[in-house]
Amino acid sequence: MRIPCPFCGTRDSQEFTYLGQAGLKRPDPSAPNAQAAFHDYVHIRKNPAGPNSELWLHAYGCRSWIVVERNTLTHDILGADYASPVMKEAAQ
Amino acid sequence: MKYSVLSLIHQAFRGHRDWKPVWRYPEPKEEYDIVLIGGGGHGLATAYYLAKEHGLKNIAVIEKGYLGGGSVGRNTTIVRSNYQEPGNIPFYEWSLKLWEGLEQDFNYNAMMSQRGVLNLYHSDSQRDEYARRGNAMMMHGVDCTLLDKKGVQDLVPFLDFENARFPIQGGLLQERGGTARHDAVAWGFARGADSRGVDILQNTEATQIRVENGRAVGVETSRGYIKAKKIGIVAAGNTTRIAQTAGLQLPIESYVLQAFVSEAIKPLIPSVVTFGAGHFYISQSDKGGLVFGASLDGYSSYAARGNLPSVEDTIEEAMAIMPSISRVKLLRHWGGIMDMSMDGSPIIDKTGVDGLYINCGWCYGGFKATPGSGWCFAHLIAKDETHPNAKALRLDRFKTGHVIDEAGTGAQPNLH
Repeated sequence: MRIPCPFCGTRDSQEFTYLGQAGLKRPDPSAPNAQAAFHDYVHIRKNPAGPNSELWLHAYGCRSWIVVERNTLTHDILGADYASPVMKEAAQ
Repeated sequence: MKYSVLSLIHQAFRGHRDWKPVWRYPEPKEEYDIVLIGGGGHGLATAYYLAKEHGLKNIAVIEKGYLGGGSVGRNTTIVRSNYQEPGNIPFYEWSLKLWEGLEQDFNYNAMMSQRGVLNLYHSDSQRDEYARRGNAMMMHGVDCTLLDKKGVQDLVPFLDFENARFPIQGGLLQERGGTARHDAVAWGFARGADSRGVDILQNTEATQIRVENGRAVGVETSRGYIKAKKIGIVAAGNTTRIAQTAGLQLPIESYVLQAFVSEAIKPLIPSVVTFGAGHFYISQSDKGGLVFGASLDGYSSYAARGNLPSVEDTIEEAMAIMPSISRVKLLRHWGGIMDMSMDGSPIIDKTGVDGLYINCGWCYGGFKATPGSGWCFAHLIAKDETHPNAKALRLDRFKTGHVIDEAGTGAQPNLH
């Protein structure tokens, strides 16, 4: 599996580490439903069979967090981009 | 037909012409009392115990592939109960006790071999941690022995004890652990369930669970709709896909785990040996092949095949403890889909939807749990109450904070 890092170009997947589902939004701890929201945030995952949006760290490269679109049924990489815009969007 | 020495001799004199198929290929009925989604080891064991221990009839097991084609035929066949966390020990010990009487119970040769499971330690702190785990096990009546270097050398003298990076200092041995023939376990449970009237529907894929007014009422399958009074999800790596059709969101991610077998060599490894400085486990099958595996491929996957970096990592770990096998050829390797839970421990529970029960989150420890899981899930479905040995394996433990995190890695399923 090779991942097209937006900064370094296409590199072997061994240079990357995997965190999991991208775009999870950290809940507001002062909200009345904070306990349930944090349960979902920490434990509940979409786990799709097919295209998945996920966070990878280019640990042995530029050390950027990137969002990779990857098909979990075929391991095809559909695209990759810097994580910061996605994370900022999720945080709002 | 009951299998015995007599039946074997009788067949031998007849040229083995009269062995009969041991399960049927029935057409699905319109309605069952209980439908189990998933005909792997756990689903078949559940059906078997529902029929045998609870005397229930009118049960179907839906399997999208063929019997033994999923994770029950894709594992490294290790059976053990050397756990540490309070919720886990009673469950896995009960499962091991069932293993010990399993072949007599279902009258099938599962080649259960209690050859011992030896976990190596490589540092003082790891020895202390193993001693603690051993003490936890003994407090629950589970056997184990903490061995020093000499003790390990007596048992498995061919390891690389003086490895510069990971010298072997000793190990924790569970003598009652061992291996079993994985396919035969599936076949034995299938035969036992089928002979008690359970319909095993192979090549029948469950596509949707139908829920009406908060109650599960049936399953859409590739062979038509099947009504059911109770439905059990035992779908391992595909749990999320089928459960979400009933509106469930689960603390599960699916990952691929690879296993390996080498060409057959003369008897070498007397027990199961695990490498403590990484994650690697190896045993030798009765046919002579070395059967081994290591960690997950690190990313979520539904492809029942892995990638090469994990192969390389596994082989490197093998070399770190057993350089003597460096010239043994790899015969084949394969991948299976693991239902990794967020704390690394399984779930056997109700779902919040009436009549719908779930059995999942076995991570890569499901094979050893096969009889125990079947026993406890059958108890839950038949009596609508949790079995005492599975009372910690609840779905809501992630809400209440009572997670069972054996590895202590937190809610990061690829690290368990």
